[in-house]
Order: sequence, then structure tokens, then C-alpha cells
Amino acid sequence: MISLRRRYIRDNIMLTLIILNTIVILIPLFIIIVYVIAKGFDAISLDLFTKELGSPTRAMMGEPTGLVHTMLGTVVVDLIAVLIAIPFGVGAGVMLSEYPDHWANPVLRVLNDTLNGMPAVLKGLLAFTLVVKPMGTFSGLSGGVALAFVMFPIIARATESSLMNIPWSIREAGLAIGLPRWRVILSTIIPAAKVGLVTGFLIAFARAAGEAAPLVFTSFGNNYLPIKWTGWFMGPVDTLPQRLYNLAISPYEHWHDMGWAAAIVLLAVIIASFIVARFVIRDNK
Amino acid sequence: MVNNEPLLENKIRLETIDLSVYYGQNPGVKNVSIQVFDKQVTAFIGPSGCGKTTFLRALNRMHDLTRGAKVTGKALIDGKDIYDPKIDPVTIRRKIGMVFQKPTPFPTMSIYDNVVAGLKLVGIRDKKLLDEVCERSLRQAALWEEVKDRLKTPGGSLSGGQQQRLSIARALAVEPEVLLMDEPTSSLDPQSTNRIEELIGELKHQVTIIIVTHNMQQASRVSDNTAFFYIGNLIEYNKTTKIFTNPDQKRTEEYITGQFG
Repeated sequence: MISLRRRYIRDNIMLTLIILNTIVILIPLFIIIVYVIAKGFDAISLDLFTKELGSPTRAMMGEPTGLVHTMLGTVVVDLIAVLIAIPFGVGAGVMLSEYPDHWANPVLRVLNDTLNGMPAVLKGLLAFTLVVKPMGTFSGLSGGVALAFVMFPIIARATESSLMNIPWSIREAGLAIGLPRWRVILSTIIPAAKVGLVTGFLIAFARAAGEAAPLVFTSFGNNYLPIKWTGWFMGPVDTLPQRLYNLAISPYEHWHDMGWAAAIVLLAVIIASFIVARFVIRDNK
Repeated sequence: MVNNEPLLENKIRLETIDLSVYYGQNPGVKNVSIQVFDKQVTAFIGPSGCGKTTFLRALNRMHDLTRGAKVTGKALIDGKDIYDPKIDPVTIRRKIGMVFQKPTPFPTMSIYDNVVAGLKLVGIRDKKLLDEVCERSLRQAALWEEVKDRLKTPGGSLSGGQQQRLSIARALAVEPEVLLMDEPTSSLDPQSTNRIEELIGELKHQVTIIIVTHNMQQASRVSDNTAFFYIGNLIEYNKTTKIFTNPDQKRTEEYITGQFG
């Protein structure tokens, strides 16, 4: 038996270690945020949010340029991805968690694991084959499909594990009052697992929102706003991660600065989405 | 082994013939044949692990969802096969309701929504009817007075005993014809237990009740017939008065008198 005093000491040592670990993890995050802001702050301007990029000469001639087409394009592509990935991902997660004896379950699990481990570039190729080839053009739609492939396995996994956390007795209670199984899942299990589900959506979104590789041969990129609104879906569309890369490898100094500004916007989008979702979860609790 | 002389003249509501439940290779319940009579209370007693809960769960197909569980033999309600592959288990469970040992309020629902879940979630929207059912069920479960002013608060905010009475109210709201109760009062205080036992007495005029209990006094107070289970076997089944005063089997007598279990 260890004396009470020594147990307190051990407790304090562990607490200190946990706090230290937390700090160690937060330091790189802090450095990234500070560095990006410091580098990109000067390039943030109203033009960045209202003007399109255009050709490199546009900026050299002193004309105002910005990334409004990139930001809108990101919204369009990410929204398409979310709209596709959430229903399919949640559906797959429900299948994995609630119907372990169904014949399709092991098939789905292998598919999901494969998709989860597949490099993002290949997901872009998959979307290229499925959407770009038949459509005959790069498009925002195909970019959304590519990012949906990134989100899908993450959402499916998160849904599965948060549904599994709901005690089995709740399902039995639902069945015992004569509810069909799908109704029990829809009206009692999923609402109870909501926090886990939303967290899963967020992680999936944050992951996909930062992906550039799958978009290179799907949404492709664009220096201009589309002429018609259909261009957002049927034509090449610019997105923040890909634009960031293109700006960074460009030979123009002012485009490098703009790249840092784009990084600030991308970071802000991801952080803001986390904050918004936290509030959504809290209000619903 | 089972005494086959007619217990009481009521008609048979539920019947099993050589019903066994296997978990993997091991039988949890072995070849149980029993007849449960309409509008009577039947108590299942026996030491922990004797299979009474396992048997109870076989009666409304609760084992369908248990991995590796297999039910053999026959279970009949009103002469119809409960395990007929053509029958939707949902229709069986609407007839045969169940109250569990542990409280199971639906986590995100209010007290009100919990009680009427079995009606509301199958599309009944009539507010007046739902209100009536809610009040009636909560009154029956002896919970109404405590919660009538906060029906919109979450069911999970109630105490353990209140949650159990909420679960009972929820089971009553769908008006099952047969009610399976798996140690319904093991988490309740004496007063609530008392109320639930009274409820069983009131309900048996409309409902056929099977109650699993570890409380011998409870079995003798509430039930008309009692079945004694031991290691997966039905040892003796008879009128409660007979079981508790003059059982035929030695094991039954030993258990009743507290010599084991």
C-alpha cells in the first residue's frame, strides 16, 4: 500500500505531464497560425475578397486582383462534397454498426477500409474516370465527387463508432414497444449519437477542405469567375488548397504573398467551421 | 416433470413446446414447454443464471438481434407460431410488450415523448389522444404526480427509479396484450415497488403478464401461477399457492425456503 502523500505526489506528476503534453501539441499549431498570419496579413485586402485573379500580367499592370472566384469555388466544391458524402457516409455507418449480420456488411467494411487507405490522388483519378470522362470537361461537380470520396470513409467510421457507443438496451427498448428497426435507429439511436456524428462531419470536412491533390484533374482550377452560374458546376473551378499550391510555385513575388493570404482564409474557414459546429452541438444538448 | 393438470380454466394465451435457446453451442434454456394463461399473472423464479430472462426474451423475439443466439422448438401466441418466418417480428412485439430490468429512457427525448414514443413514431399525431395516453400511462406507472409539471424535460433527467417507472409507462402506452416484465422493480424503492405490484393487479384484468423476479414475496403476492427454473430447465410449474406451500419437486422447495440460489 502506497502512502496517501505519495499518491498525491504521483497524481501531481501525472497532471503536470498531461499539461506539458498538451502544450507540446499546441506549440506547432500556434506556430503555424502565427507564421501564416504574419506572412499573409499584408496581402489581405478588400480586393482579395471581391476581385478575380486573372492572368499574371493583370497584377503587374497594377490592376486589382483577388481570389473571390477561389473562395466561391471552394464553397461550391465543398458543398457538393458534403451533400454527397453525408447521406452515403451516415448510411454506411448505420449499416456497419446496426446490421452486423447482413451479407453486405463485410463487403462494405472492406470497401470503406480500402477507400480510407487510398491516397487522395487516386480518389481524384476515380472521380476523373466517373465524372470528368463522361462529361468531357473538368468541373466543380467532379471536384465535389472527388472530395466526397475523401469524406465518405471518415464519416462512415465516425458514424459507426458513435452509434456503437449507444447502449444496446436502447435499441431493445425501442423494439419492445413495437417499433420497426429502422424507426428505432432513426428516432432514438441517431439523435442520441448526434454529437459524435457532427464531430465526424467536421473532421471529414476539415480533411477534405485542405486536399489539393484530388482536385488537380477534377475541378482543375481557374483564374477567372465563370461566365454563367452553371460554370460553377459544369466548368473548371478554382479551390483554395489548389490555388495556394499554384500561387506558391508561381514565379511571381506578389502571387507568393497572395498565397499566404489564401492560407489565412483556408485556416479561417476550417477553424470557423469547428467553432460553428461546437455551438450547434451545444445548443442541441 | 411439469405438472400437467389444468392450472386454472382460463384459455391458453402463450405456449411453448420444447423451446431451447442457444448462445453459440451452449443452451441457455433447454426444452421448455409451458402454457401461459390469458389474463393471469405468471411469475418466473429461479436463481441467477437459470435462464428465466433468456426464456422470457424468446417470447417476443428479442433474441433476433443477439449475435449467435438461436431459438429452437415452438413458441405460440393464440396458437400462432411466433417464429413463423412469414410473420414480421414487429407485429409480435406490438402484441407482446416488454419491461426491462434496467431503465432505458430514450436519451434525447422528453418525458412526454418517451411515453408516447410507441404511438408517435408510428405516425399517430392526434395531440389529444397522445395527451390522454401520456397521462393514463404515467398514472398507471405511479409517476404522474411527480412529473406532470415538467413533461417537456428530458427523460434522462429523472432519477433511476423514476426512469424505470417511465420505461414501464412507455411499455403500457402501446397497450400490449401480453406484458413481459424482467425484474421490473429491482431498481425501485419499496413504495414504487408497491405501486407497480398494485398496477400488475389492476392490469391483469386486461393483460396477460409474465414477470421474472428474484423477490419471492413479490412472486407470491402478484402471481396466479409460478414457474421455477433451474440451470436452463423448467423444474416445476403450478399455481402460485401450490408452489409456495407444497411444491412437488425437492429443488423447488429448497429454493423457496432459501436453501440455495
